Amino acid sequence: MSAVSGRLGLKDGLRVASVGLRARPLRAALSALGIAIGTAAIVAILGLSSSSQAGLLAQIDRLGTNLLTVEAGQSVTGQDANLPLEAPGRISLLDNVQVLAHTGLLKQSRVYRSSVIPAANSGGLQVRASSLNLLSVLGTGVARGAWLNAGTAREPVTVLGAVAAERLGIDRVHADQRIWLQGQWFNVAGILEPSALATDIDVSALVGYPAAKKYLGYVSIARGEQEAGPPSTIYVRAATGHEAAVQALLAPTANPEAANEVNVSQPSDVLTARAAAAGAFDSLFLGLGIVALIVGAVGVANIMIISVLERRSEIGLRRALGATKAQIRTQFLAESILLAAIGGVVGVLAGAAATAVYASSKSWAIVVPVEAWSGGIASAILIGAFAGLMPAVRASRMAPTVALRTV
Amino acid sequence: MTAVLELDGVSKVYREQPPVAALRGVSFSVQGGELVAIVGPSGSGKSTLLHVMGTLERPSSGVVRIGGVDAAQLDDRELSRLRARQIGFVFQQFFLAEHATVRENVADGLLYAGVAAAERYERADDALERVGLSHRTTFKPTKLSGGERQRVAIARALVGRPAIVLADEPTGNLDSTNGASIMELIGELNAAGATIIMITHDAGLADRLPRQIRMLDGEVVSDTGRDPDVLVAGCKGELR
Repeated sequence: MSAVSGRLGLKDGLRVASVGLRARPLRAALSALGIAIGTAAIVAILGLSSSSQAGLLAQIDRLGTNLLTVEAGQSVTGQDANLPLEAPGRISLLDNVQVLAHTGLLKQSRVYRSSVIPAANSGGLQVRASSLNLLSVLGTGVARGAWLNAGTAREPVTVLGAVAAERLGIDRVHADQRIWLQGQWFNVAGILEPSALATDIDVSALVGYPAAKKYLGYVSIARGEQEAGPPSTIYVRAATGHEAAVQALLAPTANPEAANEVNVSQPSDVLTARAAAAGAFDSLFLGLGIVALIVGAVGVANIMIISVLERRSEIGLRRALGATKAQIRTQFLAESILLAAIGGVVGVLAGAAATAVYASSKSWAIVVPVEAWSGGIASAILIGAFAGLMPAVRASRMAPTVALRTV
Repeated sequence: MTAVLELDGVSKVYREQPPVAALRGVSFSVQGGELVAIVGPSGSGKSTLLHVMGTLERPSSGVVRIGGVDAAQLDDRELSRLRARQIGFVFQQFFLAEHATVRENVADGLLYAGVAAAERYERADDALERVGLSHRTTFKPTKLSGGERQRVAIARALVGRPAIVLADEPTGNLDSTNGASIMELIGELNAAGATIIMITHDAGLADRLPRQIRMLDGEVVSDTGRDPDVLVAGCKGELR
């Protein structure tokens, strides 16, 4: 006979630990299901928030964080202030300013689908004069048709923001596509993609500055001459890494006489904040996941206690075959851990699959954080150990004679 | 020949209210190669005696020696090792694992004896051959008859070649044909050298074995003692 003591090898240990699971697979599956649901919920919630965060961060990366916005604010008396006509020119002279574009809000102008729409039904849409390089500065694309050019900027031609087109019921561009803009027809040349960094553009009908001057009377006097303007919003691309320095100079440069009437902001801040918010766990669902895990743990403990009672004769037999108390304890503890670990692994896979399906439907990157899946499996194992401890101790303390007598 | 099992003034009192004395001063010894029947009506203490002999239960007083070793001196681990290597059990209810094959059931008789898996299965095949079940090794116990199941349980008890086999009413759950066949097997195994102590309430069955220890109310009332002349030949003759 071998001189080795009766300690079980890993393979034998696993085989013995899985006896109960193999003998009653349906029961094992159902009690593992509780753990699986809890783990899946937690992994899916962590995975989805990480994936949506990754999606937003990718969007921010794509749009760039170096866009700064200069807007006309309010005067000290609370009236709407205007930016000086020369503001874009002055800002373009600043160091580390790469490009800029600007729009001018025509506060009196409204836009309608046709001339018979009541004036009050303006749909909350705005009319803006725009510099021709607006799209390249904002990184916004054209969904349909074409953007303004030097020719169409002089004519009654407009390009609609994404939301404006939708509200006007225009989803395609053709030669006769027109809208009613301040008492005259404007041809629609194109429709823009949504602009994440400048949502004002989305709700606007954009026209060229010369057209705004000629057809809509958007003029101010500069050096005794009528000029189209003034701009109400200036979009500035600063050199990466110098955003703060540029931001500090923008207000006094735009309006040296009244820098306090100028609002300067960094639109990507909003997106970054939104990404951070998306990264914060949805605590309600996380809480539900934890509750499911606890319920699962109770289920596993329950099953293990029943299992110990039902398998008295097996325990007695094993003791008769030479199993020590410690080996019986280990067997039931390992069975409980195995049960919970199977639930944990299934749960992690299900949670990851749910994340993958949802994230790809939103075209986000699929991110299942390491902490989510490793934590899911680790907590399942801990739960298994915790739930199995008491039943395992009871099994090991059972007198073999009592165990053998009960059949 | 040395005594493989010695009991000296063994008593067992269960601390209930009132206390129950299941065994009172039981003394006898069993030599290697013996086939002993412990016979008595139910409640005579024979099951308790089996558990005490099998070290599953410690006596309240008295000494149990297995192969000359005083079981009282051993802790749980050492007793477990003793059971794994020196004692084989056969139970009335077989206690086979239903989801495992016959071969696995028998090999598990060596699971806690520190024997490598390959050797366990090899020895299981040998043991199954000895009980005449070589053709059933891959069956599940549920596919076997009662007699075959008890043969599997006997093979499991024998697989570690223990010094003593303790059989608790091994024919109790079997019909007379299967019971007779199991008794024949027990006789053959004893003839081949196994020391077997069988517990039974059936005096007729006990009478066919070479030695009978009769129990009543926790005491040994008679012990026919070892008769070397009838030990093997007599047993086999009577069974046939």
